[in-house]
Amino acid sequence: MEKELNKILSSFQGKSNELIPALQQIQEELGYLPGDAMLYAAEFLNVPESTVFGVASFYAQFRFTPVGKNMIMVCKGTACHVKGAEKVLDEISRQVGIEDGETSADMQYTLESVACIGCCALAPCITINSEVHGRLNAKSIEKIFKRKKAEEKTNE
Amino acid sequence: MNKSNKSREILVCCGTGCVSAKADKILDALKQETKNKKINVKPTGCHGFCQEGPLVITEPDGILYSRTKTEDVKEIINSHIENNKPVERLFYHEPKTGGKIPHYKDIQFYKKQNRVILRNCGHVNPEDINEYIEKGGYRAIEKALKEMTPEKVLNMINGSSLRGLGGAGFHTGLKWRFCYNAKADEKYIICNGDEGDPGSFQDRSVFEGDPHSVIEGIIIAATTIGAKKGFIYVRAEYPLAVKRLKIALDQAQKKGFLGKNIFDSNKDFDLEIFQGAGAFVCGEETALIASIEGKRGAPRHRPPFPAESGLWGKPTLLNNVKTYASIPNIINNGVEWFTKMGTDNSKGTAIFSLTGEVANCGLVEVPMGMTLREIIYGIGGGTTDNKKFKEIQIGGPSGGCLPESLLDLPVDFDSLKEAGAMMGSGGMVVMDESTCMVDVSKYFLDFTQKESCGYCSPCRLGTKQMLDILNDIVEGKGKPEDMDLLMDLAISIKAGSLCGLGQTAPNPIITTIKYFRQEYEEHINDKLCRAKKCKALISFYINPEKCTGCHLCFTNCPENAIEGEAKKPHKIIQHKCTRCGICFEKCPPKISAIESYAGEKIRI
Repeated sequence: MEKELNKILSSFQGKSNELIPALQQIQEELGYLPGDAMLYAAEFLNVPESTVFGVASFYAQFRFTPVGKNMIMVCKGTACHVKGAEKVLDEISRQVGIEDGETSADMQYTLESVACIGCCALAPCITINSEVHGRLNAKSIEKIFKRKKAEEKTNE
Repeated sequence: MNKSNKSREILVCCGTGCVSAKADKILDALKQETKNKKINVKPTGCHGFCQEGPLVITEPDGILYSRTKTEDVKEIINSHIENNKPVERLFYHEPKTGGKIPHYKDIQFYKKQNRVILRNCGHVNPEDINEYIEKGGYRAIEKALKEMTPEKVLNMINGSSLRGLGGAGFHTGLKWRFCYNAKADEKYIICNGDEGDPGSFQDRSVFEGDPHSVIEGIIIAATTIGAKKGFIYVRAEYPLAVKRLKIALDQAQKKGFLGKNIFDSNKDFDLEIFQGAGAFVCGEETALIASIEGKRGAPRHRPPFPAESGLWGKPTLLNNVKTYASIPNIINNGVEWFTKMGTDNSKGTAIFSLTGEVANCGLVEVPMGMTLREIIYGIGGGTTDNKKFKEIQIGGPSGGCLPESLLDLPVDFDSLKEAGAMMGSGGMVVMDESTCMVDVSKYFLDFTQKESCGYCSPCRLGTKQMLDILNDIVEGKGKPEDMDLLMDLAISIKAGSLCGLGQTAPNPIITTIKYFRQEYEEHINDKLCRAKKCKALISFYINPEKCTGCHLCFTNCPENAIEGEAKKPHKIIQHKCTRCGICFEKCPPKISAIESYAGEKIRI
């Protein structure tokens, strides 16, 4: 782990104000912030461990658990809310069998609702691994996940 | 080949909205099809008309193709480009008249706008600095450095009466003057692109569509006030904006607009990108500064204002993306040109993202003072499917909900504030009769409650209390005294919070109680949600005359609350029903046997 982290942070100078970009970089590479990585960052940037955790837990971007292969983000922006984001979340939750904020046991899916992905004209919308799916309804959601599951099967 | 093809350009909107509708694939296909032809196919930033995306525009004839698909590319090239026969079926379809409009300039959505800040968005390739320069770019900074003194620039910005377009509307000229007057060995400049309001995407569109206009504005500000180092703070949730800004900064550096001795002025300036990590409160200037310093984004008390003591304790100038993007225009065209637009106290233009239940969703730039009615009906084309308009929510979680009676309100900083809303970052969400106002207030409060940094107790605890009360109301447990309690809490939170988040968080509740009091009363006293949004206050019922017994609702009901045999009318067992609405969704539209009722659970 230490070797890997050393490499990830190689472009940083070790100044305390680099904390947020450094954590972003770690998450970019590892997918989340493992405890050891945060301890390493604290030492590397010479800031108290409590500060690292304080900052990491403050910002919505950072996560402390690994995510599934498919990251589903359900937009809950105002336009999406008005056009039924709640129903979209419920339907997806039914399709993949997990609740908002959870990761499936087989590490295939992580479901998360987010503030706004800025595709308001396509409301209600979601992203699956940064691909946007817009103007959704119960039917189109079912279709998306049927296809996803079929893809998984062929990949196996 | 046709002669006119020499100056032919095909512009493909590659803003986030269109890209999510596969505009990038269309761009590739167009490039492939025109490989051996003298046609310039290029990606551009957001054209604004996101509703009709992906958009393809051909120049010089100015024809707009809407909802284009990759399959249409061959026809566009063969018929339009090769044989001068534009593809009629892809023209924009005017929903009211049914007519087809070929030229984008004739489309109502564009006709009434005054695109000044967005002048280049959709017309230049944002990843090519030369296109920006060809449109007159980087001439303002040259003028400011070669022909003007900082004093003169300051006077010009002051004279323009430009107000901060981030929402609060502070006079830009004053802010610059404070920072210029501050004595320090180092000064900083920050561009606030932390557009956290759900439902707005103006800053992102400017970054994605015309990043150089922002960069030029920042350089002018920096060289004027004497800052040598600057940051563009942009949300990490905007990967495309980050990518284009990186390219733009790199190109500006290579051209010598950034770095040492800019335009032989002996002035140096470096600009870098800082990616926010997702905290709404960081839109507040002192919180944003804390975030760049590597800390939790908690706001601090002001004074001292950042202009005296900001980033690392040094004088710091902070402006919004659109404010900076307005600067080159003012330097180039003069104060008189700028002050002709707008109202007495709000000059220039404002950009809004018009979304929700409106026919034409998209990015809109209008002179300050245009009425809401003109924006919603003139540009936006009215509500979707001509449903009855209910309210417009302006300014995101800090803004307010304005009813139909205020549609003739001119949109500027002061009149919006007076009505209880605010400009905010410029989100405008149209809502129709199917929206429940209590649910909308709950939605915004849920957002601000989660985003409260926790520093001030009235905000941290007060928003939670308000949310609990609203939750009770939508669940049918509201008490008559709740409304007064909500108002009391709202006043205390506003008075007792340090930063803009807490000071404005109660706005959506205050305005909905003020303008839609009756709906609250119905929820509390009659246990009725007329919009049929609040689950606890509606019930479902299967119309036996319509039900064909297709069994779809039966199979999908997660609670096994539906009974009935195949091909015979089904029935909902009311005491088992959780009103999740799945049966309502699953019942085929041509049958529509499931009906929803407002009011308490019906008993059959």
